Amino acid sequence: MLDSDVLKMYAQEGYFDKYGGRFMPETLMPALQELERAYIKAQTDKSFIRELAWYLENYVGRPSLLYPAQRLSKHLGGARIYLKREDLNHTGSHKINNTIGQALLAKRMGKTRLIAETGAGQHGVATATVAALLDFECVIYMGEEDTVRQHLNVSRMELLGAQVIPVKSGSRTLKDAMNEAIRDWVSNVDNTYYLLGSVGGSHPYPVIVRDLQTVVGRETRQQIVELTGRLPDAVVACVGGGSNAIGIFHPFLQDLEVELIGVEAGGEGLDSGRHSAALNKGRPGVLHGSFSYVLQDQEGQISEVHSIAPGLDYPGVGPEHAYLKDIGRVRYTSATDSEALEAFKLLSITEGILPAIESAHALAEAVRMASSMTADKIVVVNLSGRGDKDVESIVGYKGGHI
Amino acid sequence: MSIITEKLRDLANRGETGLITYMTGGDPDINSSRSILRSMANAGADIIEVGLPFSDPVADGPVIQAASNRALANGATARRILQMIAEVRQEVSIPIVIMSYYNPILQFGLQEFCVQAQASGVNGIIIPDLPCEESELLRIYADKCGVDLIPMVAPTTTPERMETICSSARGFIYCVSVAGVTGVRDHIKTDLHALSSEVRRYTNLPLAIGFGVSGPGPARDMAPFCDAVIVGSALVELIAEQKYEEMEKLITDIKAALQ
Repeated sequence: MLDSDVLKMYAQEGYFDKYGGRFMPETLMPALQELERAYIKAQTDKSFIRELAWYLENYVGRPSLLYPAQRLSKHLGGARIYLKREDLNHTGSHKINNTIGQALLAKRMGKTRLIAETGAGQHGVATATVAALLDFECVIYMGEEDTVRQHLNVSRMELLGAQVIPVKSGSRTLKDAMNEAIRDWVSNVDNTYYLLGSVGGSHPYPVIVRDLQTVVGRETRQQIVELTGRLPDAVVACVGGGSNAIGIFHPFLQDLEVELIGVEAGGEGLDSGRHSAALNKGRPGVLHGSFSYVLQDQEGQISEVHSIAPGLDYPGVGPEHAYLKDIGRVRYTSATDSEALEAFKLLSITEGILPAIESAHALAEAVRMASSMTADKIVVVNLSGRGDKDVESIVGYKGGHI
Repeated sequence: MSIITEKLRDLANRGETGLITYMTGGDPDINSSRSILRSMANAGADIIEVGLPFSDPVADGPVIQAASNRALANGATARRILQMIAEVRQEVSIPIVIMSYYNPILQFGLQEFCVQAQASGVNGIIIPDLPCEESELLRIYADKCGVDLIPMVAPTTTPERMETICSSARGFIYCVSVAGVTGVRDHIKTDLHALSSEVRRYTNLPLAIGFGVSGPGPARDMAPFCDAVIVGSALVELIAEQKYEEMEKLITDIKAALQ
């Protein structure tokens, strides 16, 4: 089930060219090495591969649909837009592709406790869900600000039996939740598995999460060929840490005729200083265990960032994206809060689909692109999550003028 | 021999265990920091660790996180802290070690940081998020400047890692007493005797134990297993309350317990 070039990446020992690495406290290094060994073993273990495939089909509900968004395409009057419906997965986002895989790995490693960070709460919910399913104790760290703007997801996690700990340090968002999860892991490393939700962090996480998310791209590639007889002209995905993007991009990396576009959170504009666009505006540095693009000041202190989308509200980005940016294989652009809101509204009224506000960033770019393309062109958008969780904060945004 | 190693060996030869004290540079501000550094030396510290504050200190507990925030809020930067160290260097003759997360040093420039640290009178650097796999380049620059890159080992460190870490160690080995973040603890479960014997199989360098040491009693309990104890959060807590005399007294008491 895994791409052949995954093993090539391993030859580079945790680096994507100069990006990646493992900048973590010594206490955790043996655990990271143990995880890497367990993962390499699982990759070739037929029972693990079978078990994962079974859960993806019977529990997550894969394959997810590739839906031709005809009314949206007609409205834009340009390229045909297809939506990869990760929002239809169990728990409502792509996050469960990763959590089910890592939880099965944790089980094999004999761990009894799962911890995770969450921003929008989608990864927290997906972790709490598999913890319930596979009988783990579960603790989720979530920035206090996010527990307010995504309180529906807090209740979901609690109903699933997880303990949600609001993090009050720093900017009280995803970055701080991750700090706290790392501190928990340092303190409980013997029985605890840190179920990281994105393609950031120390090696081997960027590889494990990427591999588990490539199911999105593999299905998309097959489905678009079945539906249209050819590969798409462009694939668009939003990028916070970058897991849904790497998942859909990766199987297309060798298809140079397919343009790949990552959309970062432009917040109030790239020049406003209030955004989360690490690849567009950051510079290389070390955050949470890997060397990648980071929004930071001259002193190397990590910047406070902003996005309307809690899942994109993060000052770093996965190291593989840094590499793909530098080699020019993926174009990284951004969409502002209000562009994302417009796209959210547009998809809701043209197709009857409420997208996650994170995924609406990718849609915003697709909307921009599609109208200037001809009708024979095909654009695939990774609709990475559903928008139910965002309804309240969107209605509340700017006094309810949505 | 490095002056850090020499200092700890001299103490060992006299039958004393060294005391390494930690303070966050620029906490609560640069001027206070300057006098705290002086008082720590006067009160009996053998080596002083000066922390460079970082916005995301993942290896630190709440006390040192708060200290970092205070320092950053009052404008502490790596340059200002090095400058502060340079200013007290004539009065303070004991070794001074910088403790910093990797990114601020990376952004400063690895080579430039080592040059400036040396010029300011810094004798060593400890970086909690820089494991041996990633530390080679910085060690080359540090060696050129005569600054020790001091490594950390933890209770979870495997024998293979211990050997690798010790083979490129400089100054002393910073032995983390517990799997956890910095902060005072009532009880330390780790078998320190086993941990220290394991480290000593691979190196003759002095060994310092840190994380969780709160006062003279716990320090004395650790002394048989190490050449120095490191006290951080217990002192930073007093600094937070601006109880500088109590901080000096705690240092004096711990030092007395180690003699």
